[in-house]
Amino acid sequence: MISPSVILLLGWMIIPLSLTIYFSFLRYNLITPTGNPFVGWENYYWFLTDPSFKAAMINTLVMVGGILLITVIGGIGFALLLDRPMWGQGIIRIMVIAPFFVMPTVSALVWKNMFMNPVNGIFGRIATGLGFEPIDFMGQIPLLSIVLIVSWMWLPFATLILFTAMQSLDQEQLEAAEMDGAGWTSRFIFIVLPHLARAITVVILIQTIFLLSIFAEILVTTNGGPGTASTNLTYLIYVSSLLQFDVGMGSAGGVIAIILANIVAIFLMRMIGKNLDA
Amino acid sequence: MGQIQLNQVSKSFGSVEVIPPLDLTIEDGEFVVFVGPSGCGKSTLLRLIAGLEDVTDGHVMIDGDDATDIVPAKRGLAMVFQSYALYPHMSVRKNIAFPLRMAGLDKSEQDRRVTEAARVLNLTDYLERRPGQLSGGQRQRVAIGRAIVREPEAFLFDEPLSNLDAALRVGMRLEISELHKRLATTMIYVTHDQVEAMTMADKIVVLQAGVIEQVGSPLELYQRPRNTFVAGFIGSPKMNLIGGSEAAKHDAATIGIRPEHIEISEGPGAWEGTVGVSEHLGSDTFFHVQTAASSEPITVRAQGELGLRYGQKVYLSPSMEHLHRFDSKGLRIE
Ligand SMILES: Nc1ncnc2c1ncn2[C@@H]1O[C@H](COP(=O)(O)OP(=O)(O)OP(=O)(O)O)[C@@H](O)[C@H]1O
Ligand SMILES: [Mg+2]
Repeated sequence: MISPSVILLLGWMIIPLSLTIYFSFLRYNLITPTGNPFVGWENYYWFLTDPSFKAAMINTLVMVGGILLITVIGGIGFALLLDRPMWGQGIIRIMVIAPFFVMPTVSALVWKNMFMNPVNGIFGRIATGLGFEPIDFMGQIPLLSIVLIVSWMWLPFATLILFTAMQSLDQEQLEAAEMDGAGWTSRFIFIVLPHLARAITVVILIQTIFLLSIFAEILVTTNGGPGTASTNLTYLIYVSSLLQFDVGMGSAGGVIAIILANIVAIFLMRMIGKNLDA
Repeated sequence: MGQIQLNQVSKSFGSVEVIPPLDLTIEDGEFVVFVGPSGCGKSTLLRLIAGLEDVTDGHVMIDGDDATDIVPAKRGLAMVFQSYALYPHMSVRKNIAFPLRMAGLDKSEQDRRVTEAARVLNLTDYLERRPGQLSGGQRQRVAIGRAIVREPEAFLFDEPLSNLDAALRVGMRLEISELHKRLATTMIYVTHDQVEAMTMADKIVVLQAGVIEQVGSPLELYQRPRNTFVAGFIGSPKMNLIGGSEAAKHDAATIGIRPEHIEISEGPGAWEGTVGVSEHLGSDTFFHVQTAASSEPITVRAQGELGLRYGQKVYLSPSMEHLHRFDSKGLRIE
């Protein structure tokens, strides 16, 4: 009885996937409608040897890695803070979660225009007020700016998952460690971190899947530039298929992205499998 | 050395005073059991001694030195928790070695002590396992192992056997008693099981609502309970407490007589009654007898089987030298 749903799911995946693969072997440019001849691996060759591909790969890795680092470390920090009793706990918890509910385009625009703009942005104003040269975030440090914006958006997610995990930590274990002579740092390293390991892997897995395809934030802030300084793989595919109207090339990029995402997923699954066994 | 003294120690959570000021001295090498009904403050008292809870007022003295402001790790006490509180991601070996590692002992000394503790506690074959792969009794032993490697001044146990099944509980009870005989270290043991208290303790502290009702050896508590609470709490089955005119005959507000000090027969006796439910243990039989003397059924313990049936008319003869008398405040009358 599971076959209808399996067939539906397969169709759901297979049709767009096979179309993408099919297009990736055609010369299919919307500007030069000269028929769509089969060209073999040509699209792949040009996509992979394009210097912007290498740049995009590096940018993707830096983005995903940087955001993961910031959100996991920040998330653990926030979870530790939220875990201790304090005044106004409820409101603070809601405020910490709030950024997650803002749409990516909106929050990226708010950051771009209200915080990071060198003339009107708050950071710029502060810098000018203190007598410094304001930083042009989107021009000088575009990649870092995007990493910061997206980290801000994903921090609540990491915090939420890690905070929930923190609350399930048996207090008696901490007390036992305290009796055993473990100071605050030792308790954190030997008791809290191992307890959080599972939650951390979940955060990393889920975020990686979403972070590999960051797009809106780049589109509304830097447009992948200057040059290719903030172009990731997703954005490169968009550029080649829709800005350069080369559907074949875009499809080849898409297939490569799928393969890369699967490699990452398999790698992460193994890591999680190891962690979940324990 | 492991002498522990509480001077006017009290504890409040917010405005609720859980433990009114109390004094207690625990001598070096003693096995002291805190008993009392659930919620009476046994765990709180133990945690005050351990330092996991700050005293609201008063002083905790260890070996004559004021330890009130000393952090738990520095008090030289080891604690075994009810939930065992083992570290789930560490092997048994690492669990037991953890306090040594924290104390910065060198590796060979750690290994020596862990091996020794594992041998004593029959854990040698399980050293490489995780706590999750052990039975309840084995986990309990790991928790004890983690406590003994530190060679503490005193051990604190918080209901360590309450998660074990009855048979295992008896076994572990003996093991802990044996451990105490061998180490001769002070042990403070919290339980609400009065059989554990009676069988293990050198000294029992009976608590009710944070107040010490009586301190004494198991036999003292059994033979001369200071008030009706202790009388009813120590001993199994419970002492029969009878008020009203029957007590007045003995110039008391309440009289108490233990089930084992009443004879039951079909012949004549002091109180006439009818047999209610009887519980057959094989060696003993407990009869619950409804009499005119008391509104509650009187429990009688008889040796072996007497062949008395439900609803049968019987006579009870309490042994007068074992009668306890209490005044209107519930205090013992000598
Ligand atoms: N952290 C706390 N905050 C407020 N009240 C507490 C706290 N810990 C304990 N209490 C209260 O103190 C009283 C004594 O608790 P405690 O845990 O010492 O009881 P106990 O004798 O160990 O009971 P049990 O046999 O059920 O373990 C209880 O009424 C409990 O509600
Ligand atoms: Mg308790």
